[in-house]
Amino acid sequence: MNSKFNATLLVVWVLSGSLPVLAEQSTPSGVVLANNCTGCHGYEGASQGPSIPSIGGLTKEYFLGVMQAYRDGNAYSTIMGRIVKGYSNSEINAMADYYAAKPFVKAKQKFDSKLIESGKKLHNANCETCHENGGAESTDSGVLAGQWLPYLEWTIADFSTGKREVTKKMLKKLEQVSSPAEKNGLRSILNYYAAQNK
Amino acid sequence: MNFTRRKLLKAGGLLTAASVVGFPYLVLGGVNKKVVVIGGGTGGATAAKYLRLIDPTIEVTLIEANKDYYTCYCSNEVLSGERNLDSLRFGYTGLAKHGVKVIHDLVTSIDANKKIVKTASGKELAFDRCIVGPGVDFKWGEIQGYDEKTAETIIPHAWKTGPQTLLLRKQIESISNGGVVVITSPPSPYRCPPGPYERASQIAHYLKKHRPKSKIIILDAKSSGAGPKQPLFEDGWKKLYGEMVEWRPGPDNEVKQLSVANKTVITSFGDEIKAEVLNIIPPQKAGKIAVDSGLTDDKGWCPINPKTFESKLKPGIHVIGDACIAGAMPKSGYAANSQAKICAAAIIDLLAGREPGIPSYINTCYSIIGDDYGVSIAGVYRLSADGNTIDSVPGAGGVTPRDATPDQLKREVSYARSWFNNITHDVFN
Repeated sequence: MNSKFNATLLVVWVLSGSLPVLAEQSTPSGVVLANNCTGCHGYEGASQGPSIPSIGGLTKEYFLGVMQAYRDGNAYSTIMGRIVKGYSNSEINAMADYYAAKPFVKAKQKFDSKLIESGKKLHNANCETCHENGGAESTDSGVLAGQWLPYLEWTIADFSTGKREVTKKMLKKLEQVSSPAEKNGLRSILNYYAAQNK
Repeated sequence: MNFTRRKLLKAGGLLTAASVVGFPYLVLGGVNKKVVVIGGGTGGATAAKYLRLIDPTIEVTLIEANKDYYTCYCSNEVLSGERNLDSLRFGYTGLAKHGVKVIHDLVTSIDANKKIVKTASGKELAFDRCIVGPGVDFKWGEIQGYDEKTAETIIPHAWKTGPQTLLLRKQIESISNGGVVVITSPPSPYRCPPGPYERASQIAHYLKKHRPKSKIIILDAKSSGAGPKQPLFEDGWKKLYGEMVEWRPGPDNEVKQLSVANKTVITSFGDEIKAEVLNIIPPQKAGKIAVDSGLTDDKGWCPINPKTFESKLKPGIHVIGDACIAGAMPKSGYAANSQAKICAAAIIDLLAGREPGIPSYINTCYSIIGDDYGVSIAGVYRLSADGNTIDSVPGAGGVTPRDATPDQLKREVSYARSWFNNITHDVFN
């Protein structure tokens, strides 16, 4: 979803993050900042659900990109866009470092076991290239395997309605798996992600 | 373990395994430092837990009178029947897992000079530093005819979750179709600024289904109501409940007197309003132990250093949560949770002879107006430039937009539930 999160921006982030001692003196520490996220996203970013996403284990690249998108309005949100505006680039950088070093804790949630197999096949055919290891990897995307389902559903709805920036390739894949030809295609894939709870 | 990075950087730029961190204290400390936390609400419980998370060598004792805590947040949903009281109940076994010693007792005095806390059962506990999370108490006597006994038996305030919440629920369930509910909203500052308006919403949610001819009147001493959320409440009331909720704001509507026998209130303007269900939310001040210990100013709240939450009146004692004067931060559960973490980290630094780190504070409050209809307010806060207060970060936070789509309002409800699950897990587990 994020090739649009451009390289220039990343350079700025990385540069601002390359002076940790200086940042230490002028801004709160990563832990102090991350403590602000805990009330909604859970301790170390492991959300108790049912819908606020877990953020522990997200890669720094993805974290920075998505926060920038919330700030710029390129990703629709109810509340995250309002909150992210309260933090400087170096502060978000410190949060990104903190969460990248934490594990992603997979959600224990309900799923339809009848859909797992078909979901897995569709994932392998359409999604695995970018969302590797059954959606468990977060390189330049969020973690899908074990993420809270309502969050994934809403994010996909936002992609489809143009409320959240997305690559053309991703949009095309979404259309394919959502087509009537693929009975319950998208639902199956999401249930496959939800079934990965260990 | 979480605070390793800052500590290590301060200790000279070492970035090594987390296991090293607790070690210097064991070597240098000799006798472990003692922190006594008074009050096991959201602030106190968070502080006790985070002290141990940051430095497991600190001896932390939490003193709380009750075996269980019932959250105030989300308690309005008990009034509509959307939740039961038990879903708001939390115990202290989770804190014990972190090595917090929990004592169920009532603190009777805090001696800031001798650094000793005394309890009703006769215990004396010494401390190096003390944290007080006393919550709020009510200014009994400001409303003529209203006292504690009346609140417990006939006219509940239900502003601390527990038996009075159930009493109010029962009264709402027994109201006649066409009966009037009167809620009085107190002058600022008070616990949970949007609370009275969410309460009206949740009661309307019940009445619309079961007593559609009934009416809710909010008598409000303030012209500002719920502040930035007020237009959102009014929009929601109109959309979901028509004319059922009537908000009467301004000084003329302050209730100074009531007749218990007739359930009639008399406003400062002189209007007499008879209710079938009367919910008086009294004016508030810091909890009793804060007043008794000399931690409050002449207005009844606790002045603190916002970087450490140390009392400006009693050194060595820190006050967090609703009782403290925290600048732009509201008196909310999330604010108490945020303050507690800053306070805990500052105390660890102070006990080690270090300057406390730069703080960052947050608040989010959800209000559920009805089915699939939630709104929120958020704020990000920082220490003011002069270090004397807590400021909102300009351009950040704010409320749900008035033109929010049904989809957005629905998501806010689901996020409110997630927030509840996550914050209570953070505080009590």
